[in-house]
Parts: sequence; C-alpha cells; structure tokens
Amino acid sequence: MKSEGSALRLRGLTKRFDRLAVDALDLTIRMGEFYALVGPNGAGKTTTLRMVAGLLKPDAGSVSIFGIDALRDPVAAKQIMAWVSDEPMIYDKLTPLEYLEFVAGLWGIEPKVSQASAHELLASLGLGPHLNERCEGFSKGMRQKVALAGALVHDPRLIILDEPLTGLDAVSARHVKGLLGERVRTGCTVIMTTHILEVAERMADRIGVISSGRLVAEGTLTELRQQNGHTDTSLEDLFIALVDVKVEAA
Amino acid sequence: MSSATWFARHELRLAWREWLAMMTGGRRKRTRAALIGLIVFAALMHLPAWAVIGRFADLREPLDKTSAIVLTSTIFLAFALMLSQAIESVTRVFYARADLDLIMSSPAKLATVFSIRIAAIALTVSGMALVLSTPFVDVLVLEGGMRWLAAFTVVITVGLTAAALAIAITIALFRLIGPARTRLIAQILAAIIGAGFVIALQIAAILSYGTLSRFAVLTSDAAASFAPEADSIVWWPARAALGDVGTVLILLSASLLLLGIVMTIFAPRFAGTAASASAHAVASRRGRGLRPFREGSRQQALRRKEFLLLARDPWLMSQTLMQLLYLVPPALFLWRSFSDSSTALVLITPVIVMAAGQLAGGLAWLTISGEDAADLVATAPLSPTSVIRAKIEVVLIAIVAVFTPLVAALAVLNPLQAAVTACGVLIGATSATVIQLWFRVQAKRSQFRRRQTSSRLATFAEAFTSIGWAATAALALAIPTVAIVSGAMTVAILAATWKLSPRRA
Repeated sequence: MKSEGSALRLRGLTKRFDRLAVDALDLTIRMGEFYALVGPNGAGKTTTLRMVAGLLKPDAGSVSIFGIDALRDPVAAKQIMAWVSDEPMIYDKLTPLEYLEFVAGLWGIEPKVSQASAHELLASLGLGPHLNERCEGFSKGMRQKVALAGALVHDPRLIILDEPLTGLDAVSARHVKGLLGERVRTGCTVIMTTHILEVAERMADRIGVISSGRLVAEGTLTELRQQNGHTDTSLEDLFIALVDVKVEAA
Repeated sequence: MSSATWFARHELRLAWREWLAMMTGGRRKRTRAALIGLIVFAALMHLPAWAVIGRFADLREPLDKTSAIVLTSTIFLAFALMLSQAIESVTRVFYARADLDLIMSSPAKLATVFSIRIAAIALTVSGMALVLSTPFVDVLVLEGGMRWLAAFTVVITVGLTAAALAIAITIALFRLIGPARTRLIAQILAAIIGAGFVIALQIAAILSYGTLSRFAVLTSDAAASFAPEADSIVWWPARAALGDVGTVLILLSASLLLLGIVMTIFAPRFAGTAASASAHAVASRRGRGLRPFREGSRQQALRRKEFLLLARDPWLMSQTLMQLLYLVPPALFLWRSFSDSSTALVLITPVIVMAAGQLAGGLAWLTISGEDAADLVATAPLSPTSVIRAKIEVVLIAIVAVFTPLVAALAVLNPLQAAVTACGVLIGATSATVIQLWFRVQAKRSQFRRRQTSSRLATFAEAFTSIGWAATAALALAIPTVAIVSGAMTVAILAATWKLSPRRA
C-alpha cells in the first residue's frame, strides 16, 4: 500500500553544464512507490538522480527526502538513502563481504545486524559461493550485484538506481528485480532510470518521462495511455510518441 | 604495407601518444605549454649537470684506474636504473589486458607482432634514457669536445641491453614461479636492481670509511687495487663514452645482437606469457576467510578500508620499495654510530625527512585521489571533511609506523637530533599530503604510476617542499639561524602552491 506522504520531492531543480541539463524540474515520488524515470539519452535523468544523491550541486531548486532538506542537511538525507549507478562502485581488492562490512561501517550499522544482512543479501543475489573472493575477478554482472548488495545492506528507505540492469544477464536481472520488488513490498521507495522500457512497464507503479531536462509525462501506464489517447499501446510506442512530440515542440 | 611495418607504426603512435599524455596530463590543449616547459626544464637541467659532471669533461684515454672506476660505475648505475625501469615496463605489458584479445584473435603472425612489441619496449627505454642523459652529454660535449657525442651511443647501447635482459628475466620468472608470483617478485627485483648499486656503494662507504658518500669507495685505493687492468673488457663502456669509435661499434653491435637473440627466442613465448598473465590478472583470489564484522566509527571503517587497500595494492610495492630501500644506508649508518659518536650522523636527518615527504606524497595520492568508489563515499552519511580527515590520518599513521623505529634509534644517540628529525618527518609528510589534497583529482588506483602527470605543479611542489624541509632539518642541527631562512623559503613554496592550486576556492 502506498502512503500519501512523499519520499522525494523536487521543486524547480535546475542544473546547467554547457547547456541546460535539468530545467526547473518538479517531481514528487510517494512513499513505498516504485518509480521509473525514462527518457532518451541526454534527457537529464542521471543528472537529476545525481543531484538527489548529493553527488552534484543543483544551480537552483530544492530536494526534500522524507521531509529532510537534502541540500541543507545532506548527511541526514544520505543516512536514509542509497545510490547505485550503472558503473559498479566497488573495490577490486576487497571481497564482497569486506565491501559490505565497509559500507555498513560508513552508514554506522551495528556489526551484528549488518553481518547477518550481508550474508542474506549476497546469498539471495547468487553470490554465496563467492563471499570470500576478491572482486577483481568478477564479471560486470557480479560486480553490479555486489554494488546493489552494498546499497541495501544499510536498509535504506529510498533507493536510487541509475540503469541498474546494464550488463546483467537474464538470471541476474531477475535476481535484482526480485530483490527490488521485495524491498518495495516492505515499504521501501525505489526510483530507477532505465532504457529497458519493458522493465519500467512491468515493475513500476508510476513512470515519468523526461526529455530535455523536463518531465513531459507522468503516471501509471494506464494513465499515460489515457493522456495520449491510446488504450492498447506499449510503453515503447508511448515513449516514442511523447519524446517525438517534445522534440517537435522544441 | 606489410603487417610488421603497420604494427610498428601503430606501436610508435601509441608510445608517442602515451608519452604526450604523460607530459600534458592528458589535456591536449596543454601540448604547446608542455613542450615549452620541457625545453625550459631541459635547458635548466644543464646547470646541475654542469655542476655534477663538468669536471670530468677533460677525461681522455688512457684513463687512470680511479677515473675509469668512476666513469664505469656511472654507466653501470644508469644501466641498473634502466633495467629496473624496463622490468617494470615489461611486467606492466604482461599484466595489462589492453589489446591482447584483439591481437591474438587477428590473423597476424604473433611472433612478428610480439617481436615488434619487444623492439618498442627497447626503443621506449632507450629513448627515455636519451632524454634524461642529454643535459649531461651536452655539458661533456661543450666542455670536452665532440668526441663525447659517442656517449649518446653508449646510452642507446645500455638501453637496448637493459630492455633485452628485462624481457629475458621477466619471461624466465614466469616460467620459474608462475604468473601468480611474478608480478610481486618482478617489482621487488626492479626496486632492488634500481636502488641496489647505490645502496651497496653507500653501505661499503659506511662500513669502510664512516660516510654515506659512495665516491669514498669509488675513489679509494682499495677499489683501484681490485680493479682489472686497463685492457679489460670491463672498461669498454667507459672507453666508448670517451669516443673510441671501434669500441662504440662493438658495443652497439653486441647490444643489437642481444636484442635480436631475445626477440628470436622470446617473441613466440611472449604471446603465451602475456595471455597467462592477463588471465591471472582477472582471476579471483580468495580473501582471509570469514570473520565477524568489526565495531567502530564511520571514520574507523574508512581507515580500515584504506589500510586494507594499501596493503593489497599491487603497484605500491614497486613505487615505494625503492624509497624505503634508500633508508637502509641511513639506518646502517645510525647503527654504526652507536659505537662511534661521528659528527657525520647529522647527514641522516635530511635523508629521513626527504624520504618521509616522498612516501607521504605517494600514499596521499592513493588514499585521497585514488578512490575507486568515489560515488559510494560521496553518498555516505559523512561530511566531506570527516572523509578527508580519515584519509589524511591513514597517511600520517603509515608514515609514523615506518619512521618511528629510525627516530627512536636516533633518540638514543642524540635526543635533539631525533626531535628535529621527528618534526621534519611530520612537517614534510604533512606538506606532501596537503599538496595532494589541494591538487586532488578523481582517479583509479591503477593510475598510480601516472600520478605525477595529473599536475606538474603538484609534482614539483611536492619535490621542492620535501627537499626544503630536509634542508631545513639539517640546517636546524648545524646552523639554526640559516634554518629559519630555509624554513621560510619552504613555507613560501607551500603558500605559492596553495595560491595556484585549483582547490583554493
């Protein structure tokens, strides 16, 4: 069941590099919601999420995470969220367990709690036989799973994922999707960017379509279809129609 | 165009671009500035070269034994350093996956391709040696005549020989001990070969003459009495450097022949060795076994991670072992001084302070800039200040752990000198660390070897402040009033570095 309170609230979020990357973006994600942010390359998805995670400073606007002003009190905001990028952030010379111990230590989690959680997470992601091997020999998929386990070991309330399924095989992708679905069922909020529209279609409670740094459409799949006057269209067709419209309008 | 010529051009282009990237820090806009800087630096280098080597310009055949020993030892020292560099280069080529898959899956003849790669290594080693030796040879030519131009050929000869031996040694290590141990052993070997000759001379000087100066051994009567006769093959490199055309041609032919033999024997094995090394490089290694997660603060978690990664860093060994090896003679000197209240003991303070600064700079780059999971640490609930503080603590703890035994031993002999040395170590290490902090760039730990290229200014500032604090510590013991001037100058260098640093804002 989705709570009415907001897990993430962005108002007027703006970031400019050489060109405007995010253009006064307003976005609200409800507690316990699985939200998929889709859009063409260079639309501003990753920039938006990096600003939410505290990796980029916005030029303007506000970021509120469970009521915490993330720009004013970043440490408190970071305590309750996790960030997973498409490039796994792990150390080659650490084993998955050592990595999770380090992450849990950074988030100040009790060792007894984090150790049990680490073993459980790694086992559920199929990394049980590799607990004590250094990550340097791992495939991209295994590294991504270690990074995901690291993001979940401190039990975040908001999980931000940027293309988490890139490079994963079908079995690994199913593991990851299963784990994320399970987290959402226990009340966690997930916001994810993806180019795999089928994943967004099947997993997300709501979908936001972003183009040229602005949110051009938002809602459940049904709502998106209704907004665009189609009743039996795939997300891919809707996406292309929305992005094309936006490009033409620009 | 034959595949050999094509591949040779490809290798030369890669080598040129790598060199250019090293000089410009990977920024193409800096190419002109880097070239001007290089020319100015090379011009300036003629001054110290003149001070060091100018007095030898009048040497002519027949050489007296002492001159022959000094000249031959200098050439041998250059050979040892080139061999050390070449072993490291060859090991790096073996363990880098790079284009290996592409080459091995192509229809090109592998023996030919890898012969060219071996030749490229030899060319790179010789080319770098030529660049570094140019100011010295220039001084000799200007002061002693055109005959010294032959010294350039000696440098090439030594470079080719070093590269050939490095390839033979490294492939032999693979055969003997396997890819798992070769990387570590080759790095240790490279460090020992690079530093070993100077250290051996210094140790002999300490034991025989109670001084750290290696010239005491080279110019001693004992060395002259052990040296072979004037017509010995041992002096051929020295004779060649002096312009004996016949000897130059013999040595050049011999080095080319050696390289040819190495290419013929080892090129077919190069591919297999490189394949097994790169396969090993991506194979998983087991950790220390399961153990309970440890308690501690967030900063402790960061420090533990940094210590673990430093201990497991595959390239740290070769980068710092040579610095640590240079501490052996001062340590021996110190030990000898327990039974001899030599005033020359003061010499070890600047050596220790200088080594601390250099070591701290390397460790600081690894911990501060070489963060492989920068996003993870940035999204952790810690303030950036506490992250940086934890990383600086790791550097200083490592420095204290390495240098405490030396300072403690010194304290028994001379407490005042120990106190000055301890202060010098801490100030030198802190200076090197803050310079790395001001010039930090996000990089992978595996880019450690190229840390000097990210900022030339930081590299020079680190070197000059290390030298400055070493001189200040020595002067504090000998002429305290002058130490104030030296210290003030070093602080000024540090302040100017801060002013020019990109992090000042």
